[in-house]
Amino acid sequence: MADSNGQPLVHARGLVKRFGEFAAVDGVDFDLRRGEAFGFLGPNGAGKTSTMRMIGCVSPVTDGTLRVLGLDPARDGVRIRSRLGVVPQDDTLDMDLTVRENIVIYGRYFGLPRKQLGRRADELLEFVELTERANDRVEPLSGGMKRRLTIARSLVNDPEIMLLDEPTTGLDPQARHVVWDRLYRLKREGVTLLLTTHYMDEAEQLCDRLVVMDKGRIAAEGSPRELIERYSTREVVELRFDDGSQPADWSRWTDGLVSRVEELPDRVLLYTQDGDAASHQLHERGLLPESVLVRRSTLEDVFLHLTGRSLIE
Amino acid sequence: MSSLVLALRPLEFFLTQYRRGWRGSAVSSVVTPVVYLLALGVGLGVFVDRSASLPSGTSYLDFVAPGLMAATAMQIAGFEASWPVMAAIKWHRQYHAMLATPLRIRDVMLGHQAYFVFRLLLTATVYFVVIVAFGAVSSPLGVLAIPVTVLVGLSFTAPLAAWAAHAQTEASFVAIFRFIILPMFLFSGTFFPISTLPRPLEVIAWFTPLWHGVTLCRDLTLGNVGPDDLLHLGYLLAIVTAGLVTARVTYARRLVR
Repeated sequence: MADSNGQPLVHARGLVKRFGEFAAVDGVDFDLRRGEAFGFLGPNGAGKTSTMRMIGCVSPVTDGTLRVLGLDPARDGVRIRSRLGVVPQDDTLDMDLTVRENIVIYGRYFGLPRKQLGRRADELLEFVELTERANDRVEPLSGGMKRRLTIARSLVNDPEIMLLDEPTTGLDPQARHVVWDRLYRLKREGVTLLLTTHYMDEAEQLCDRLVVMDKGRIAAEGSPRELIERYSTREVVELRFDDGSQPADWSRWTDGLVSRVEELPDRVLLYTQDGDAASHQLHERGLLPESVLVRRSTLEDVFLHLTGRSLIE
Repeated sequence: MSSLVLALRPLEFFLTQYRRGWRGSAVSSVVTPVVYLLALGVGLGVFVDRSASLPSGTSYLDFVAPGLMAATAMQIAGFEASWPVMAAIKWHRQYHAMLATPLRIRDVMLGHQAYFVFRLLLTATVYFVVIVAFGAVSSPLGVLAIPVTVLVGLSFTAPLAAWAAHAQTEASFVAIFRFIILPMFLFSGTFFPISTLPRPLEVIAWFTPLWHGVTLCRDLTLGNVGPDDLLHLGYLLAIVTAGLVTARVTYARRLVR
């Protein structure tokens, strides 16, 4: 195997995707290692989906180098795709077929024998807890069930890499947790996951390592913890003010207390190692916000620091 | 060769989909020819035969039956290769699901055409059996009207699928039915010989694939086969080939970005 000697499963250098003049992906470098869960975190339009589509060999590379499973997508698309499991952003399930038929037919696209697919479909439906719906049509299923079915379907060929494009976008919180749980189990079983998300909690939950993407470029790379340590403080104090009572000059209030101030339209974020101490001091200095919240730094704070914008606009 | 084998995989999907609604289409593929043949072949035929206006004493039933068979293939082709192709691209997105697997653009395109062949073959066979039951097939060569009818259907599904993969909206489909398929149905020799048309319209009719298909089917069921029929066959094959080549291009442009 090409990757048995530690060669990355996906290797990208200076990867570019242009649509006319517009560069959706503008020179990105990354490596995906076997067994890890790797994420692209960024807002809509950051170039995440374009990157995924190039890796999935459904979108030609404009420039740069891309190797997937040691192969070149331009020449070996068929061989690469036969070893990938793809969960696209918009479900491509067939609404008129049954849950089970969707998996079996998809397996036939890979040329797997029908007999084997029957067993495989039953296993996969069990895994995503859809066994009871096996013979129902897909149409009336909830969004969370459809998403789980898409995940089950993508596993039919026992893929070496799973590509998940925004796996929980549009799902309610409970459904998201079920999906995360399944993905977490796959990860424990050693399946390599490559996912995009604009949810920082999703990235924190699932990713061993991630890149922060913005406007087609990679702004930072590391584990969630490393990124937070590198680009943010341990804690954040969130302050909200009544209309008009927000101070104009922050340096007077925060001098020596916090390492950075971020003013957002609806609140102010103060970055500090010790949130309780800072908010206590501010109170002593006579600052009286409407509400004070002390919390741990998240990837959202990292993104804000790197790009000056929030993830979900 | 390998590409034809891979096209069988999408075919399996379309067959599975067809199986879910096959009863409706099976009933209509029996009822439609019976109704048409009763109304036109038998009903209208009485008047036409009385005036003895068809060449060489052919009865109107024998004349119109093979024409209707070919024309029905065109109509089925019109429905199958328009909205469903667009649906597989932008509404239900089945093509996208296929393309995430080892299947390639040409497998997906040919796989859908293979399904049209199945659909047309089924209808043509039923139609032929009905025509035989009406006693309107006078030559054993008539059985070849079945594959020819499939070919007529393909001469519409191939270019139409190419167009459907190119079109951004479904608006054009209604226009295609109104301004291409309906006039062809009426004026391509299905119901009367095109020699009775005004000269300019007759010339236009020569270029319609349906006229070639109707003529070929008729020559086969009447046992009137001649060298001209090779030309009809060649014309249909050329249109199918051109349609497939174009579809390969429009599919790729639409689906690979």
